[in-house]
Amino acid sequence: MSNLLLFPILIPLLFAIVLMFFPKRIVMQRAIAIAGSASTLLVGIILLVKVQNDGVQAITLGSWPAPFGISMVSDLFSALLVLSSSLITLFVILYSISTIGVAREQSYYYSAMLFLLVGVNGAFTTGDIFNLFVFVEVLLMSSYMLIAHGGEKQQLRESIKYLLVNIISSALFVAAVAFLYSVTGTLNMADLAVKIPQIESTGVLTLIAVMFLVVFGFKASIFPLYFWLPGSYYAPPTPILALFGALLTKVGVYAIMRTYTLFFLMDTGFTHELLAIISVLTILAGSVGALAYFDVKKIIIYNIIIAVGVILFGVSQLNEAGINGSIFYLIHDMLIKAALFFLVGIIAVIFGTTKLREMGGLIKTYPFLGWTFLVTAFGLAGIPPLSGFPGKLLIIQGGFEGSLFWGSIVILVASLVVLLSVMRIFIYAFWGEPKPTIPLEESTYRKMLIPTVVLVLITVILGVGAEMFMPLIQGAGEVLLNPSIYIDAVLKE
Amino acid sequence: MEIIMSVVIGFLFMAAVYLMLSKSLIRIIIGTGLLSHGAHLLLLTMGGLGGIAPPVVAHGVEVSDYADPLPQALILTAIVISFAVTSFFLVLAYRAYQELGTDNMNLMRGTEDYE
Repeated sequence: MSNLLLFPILIPLLFAIVLMFFPKRIVMQRAIAIAGSASTLLVGIILLVKVQNDGVQAITLGSWPAPFGISMVSDLFSALLVLSSSLITLFVILYSISTIGVAREQSYYYSAMLFLLVGVNGAFTTGDIFNLFVFVEVLLMSSYMLIAHGGEKQQLRESIKYLLVNIISSALFVAAVAFLYSVTGTLNMADLAVKIPQIESTGVLTLIAVMFLVVFGFKASIFPLYFWLPGSYYAPPTPILALFGALLTKVGVYAIMRTYTLFFLMDTGFTHELLAIISVLTILAGSVGALAYFDVKKIIIYNIIIAVGVILFGVSQLNEAGINGSIFYLIHDMLIKAALFFLVGIIAVIFGTTKLREMGGLIKTYPFLGWTFLVTAFGLAGIPPLSGFPGKLLIIQGGFEGSLFWGSIVILVASLVVLLSVMRIFIYAFWGEPKPTIPLEESTYRKMLIPTVVLVLITVILGVGAEMFMPLIQGAGEVLLNPSIYIDAVLKE
Repeated sequence: MEIIMSVVIGFLFMAAVYLMLSKSLIRIIIGTGLLSHGAHLLLLTMGGLGGIAPPVVAHGVEVSDYADPLPQALILTAIVISFAVTSFFLVLAYRAYQELGTDNMNLMRGTEDYE
């Protein structure tokens, strides 16, 4: 038993509270925000090493015996996700310094970011389904603040819709928790994994599983519940968009992965096939959107939806290749989406617009930006040896090993769509006749570019050195495939 | 008792859906309030309404007579959260009304200036 797994939640919480005391002193704000996210990252690394060496870490708050207290559990999967989200938050904060503007920085912007990290890390770490609801609310509350932050007309209009959708999904979450509690009498995830196989009436449990799929599907933006995402994510400025695109939908994806591999296993023929079909439809819907718009932000936003479908298809196969691929692709996608939004943000700043038709000829003036974008675009589409490739390969392999080979074919075709959609940004923005640009100071440009390039480098390392990371991914996949490891760690303290 | 509660919950959900489908923003907010009330009552009812004794171990009380403390703790948390979200929603709606000059959701669709 070790308190270590609570630190990625407590450290950003502490720093966020400290930040609220002097909102107007920008230098202090920046320094403390960077220190907060960097120390969270550091603890994330220590936690990952500890989990890798000593197995699953679990702690029950207040020293109650396991099913009665609130369990916090950190297996390799959640430790990896905590590490990646802390890393992304650090880079988003670094990128924000030059792009978000002083007015926003003076209005609790960094506090909100760290509170969001609290919610995300908490959701990844918790071992109790109601506690998951609480942490999801923590991160949603911060996201409400961030999406409306600055109070532009478009932001206010979209945040109302975002808020409404999430309130409805939260109410459904409470209802689903109520049903689950009445059927099983427990809400501890490990205890649920023990009790659910003992219950004979699987029909009602299948209904609850589908209810949870709807609840988490709202957050993860699966088909047909993704309708709110393109509009709402379009409104806030780029750093906030990068943070949302990289982290928020992934919490929903994580929750689906956790519940559908740990305890909703009573009728996999129905629930997991449903998940597979929905994820394929998600990929198709995202592909249509990615090709339909001539707006750089919209194109990348629709690519979020495609990635969610790809990840969930791997999970629905419930075999080793599929699950490992999903974990790898999930981490890859968090990093690459943040990097892509950073790049698109820089392009949008240079042209003063996000419309692709008003861009052109950037390769002459900003060659380095162009090649970085090309590498990131190839990484997103999954061209070897970049980071999109190993995950997608494993997911497709999982699909062919399972019963749904046509899903793998859809993913292969969708990869071409992804490549086409991002190459179109490259062709329109970097090739062709130079279009008027807004002069950019060298120092501002560099401040935006450095965090972006470092993040792109990390994704390249993740891809080229995939073999090096595979033991971690396989360890994470092993716990998902064998729920008994998770159950033993929580219940046999 | 459970039957009556179920009817009440169903009615609350129905009223919430009706209100949320209207165009006025304030009606929508009241609708979300009713929706969370319905969800909270559902949580209470699903825990079972049987026990009447407080959930503290005492002499001469059958195990089945204790009230289930867990749904109460869950509801308390859920109520606090929905209170916070509703008050945030009210502030946001007021601010949006000031900026946009309307509380009609039909006029808040946003301009689709994409190609």
